[in-house]
Amino acid sequence: MKFVDEYRDPQAAAQYAEALARLVTRPWTLMEVCGGQTHAIVRFGIDQLLPPDLTLVHGPGCPVCVTPVELIDRAIAIAGQSGVIFCSFGDMLRVPGSRDSLLAAKANGGDVRIVYSPLDAVALARSNPERQVVFFAVGFETTAPANALAVHQAKEEGLTNFSLLVSHVLVPPAIEALLGAPGNQVQGFLAAGHVCTVMGWEEYGPLSEQHRVPIVVTGFEPLDILQGVYMVVRQLEEGRAEVENQYARNVRRAGNPAAVELIRRVFQVVPRQWRGVGEIPHSGLGLRPEYAAFDAQTRFAVADIRAVEDPDCQSGLVLQGRLKPHQCPSFGTRCTPEHPLGATMVSSEGACAAYYRYRPRQEEVQG
Amino acid sequence: MCLAVPGKLLEITGEDDLSRRGKVSFGGVLKEVSLAFVPQAQVGDYVTVHVGVALSVVDEAEALQVFEYLRQLGELQEEGSP
Repeated sequence: MKFVDEYRDPQAAAQYAEALARLVTRPWTLMEVCGGQTHAIVRFGIDQLLPPDLTLVHGPGCPVCVTPVELIDRAIAIAGQSGVIFCSFGDMLRVPGSRDSLLAAKANGGDVRIVYSPLDAVALARSNPERQVVFFAVGFETTAPANALAVHQAKEEGLTNFSLLVSHVLVPPAIEALLGAPGNQVQGFLAAGHVCTVMGWEEYGPLSEQHRVPIVVTGFEPLDILQGVYMVVRQLEEGRAEVENQYARNVRRAGNPAAVELIRRVFQVVPRQWRGVGEIPHSGLGLRPEYAAFDAQTRFAVADIRAVEDPDCQSGLVLQGRLKPHQCPSFGTRCTPEHPLGATMVSSEGACAAYYRYRPRQEEVQG
Repeated sequence: MCLAVPGKLLEITGEDDLSRRGKVSFGGVLKEVSLAFVPQAQVGDYVTVHVGVALSVVDEAEALQVFEYLRQLGELQEEGSP
């Protein structure tokens, strides 16, 4: 496929690896923010191409992983009501809530459906006027335009049987929280390319400046990631801390203005709980009062459902780059994709799932 | 979750507003996507699509940048080597 295959050229990847080996003079720790990048790094073995002094730690950018347990419980409560069609991205179905998952809700007779797009859920609402259609709107900024568009369409069409269970999260406040945490080891960031395709990269300027960290907006293919790493390390070696854009084929400085405009019209910034991490101020999106009629939590009266996380799951440390998946005592034993303790073992972008799939044993040997 | 895939825009339908849609080929697999946020997209362009919504038009000149950067690194090394 054009704009995919050429960025997987092994020879160019080897050349980037050699250039990095020449560039690095001392140990550096970088974080890739996005779970999609984590997946590509582990799948293609990019971390194994890097000089030993370079450490990549995996970040919190997996929306499925950070969706709070109690929101899963609320989703299950809604999905169990009669007359409801509960729509979700496939990744969410096996994520454990405090007792059950959406998959169990489906097995128990709930009408839980996997959709490719929130717009498909709107279409279901249109063709099933006698049913209530709910979409589980998880995601980072990348997914916000699609969810905003779904609500906008439903409102325009006067659909009264469509609503969203919103668990939207934002990247910059998470980076801010990581940088401000005591004992932070991360010296530079690969920012998530598709988040910036929507939002642009101007909001990273103050973060980079204030915390003196290089931030490079980076794509998802192996060569993108290698170039992004090179650009961050080059800044570190030269003593610079700036925002740079590796992914200019998709990312413009101001992002996508039409998408940002609709996001701002439909959503407002709210505090948000991150599974395993806790509440981060200003780190989420919720529906604006003008769109309150589309809020599934109010429509189905589930906002009072509370839950606690499994104390044995260390996904919070994994999501903050403080623990590698295979260092968790439950990894691959009490916690597997079939019987996960936490969401990082379930989601295709979860760091634990990526390690389980691509290197279940190797890391034990290498320590 | 933030996976977005580039595909070639083959056909545009709908008005020039939030209802604009298009047919996109992903390596031969056709999908109907929303063009609400890429009003500038033309037939023949590559668009990057996430959950059924195009988020950008791929800048074909910038797409070569990763190789150009590598070429410059190679030149730097040749200049620096004895």
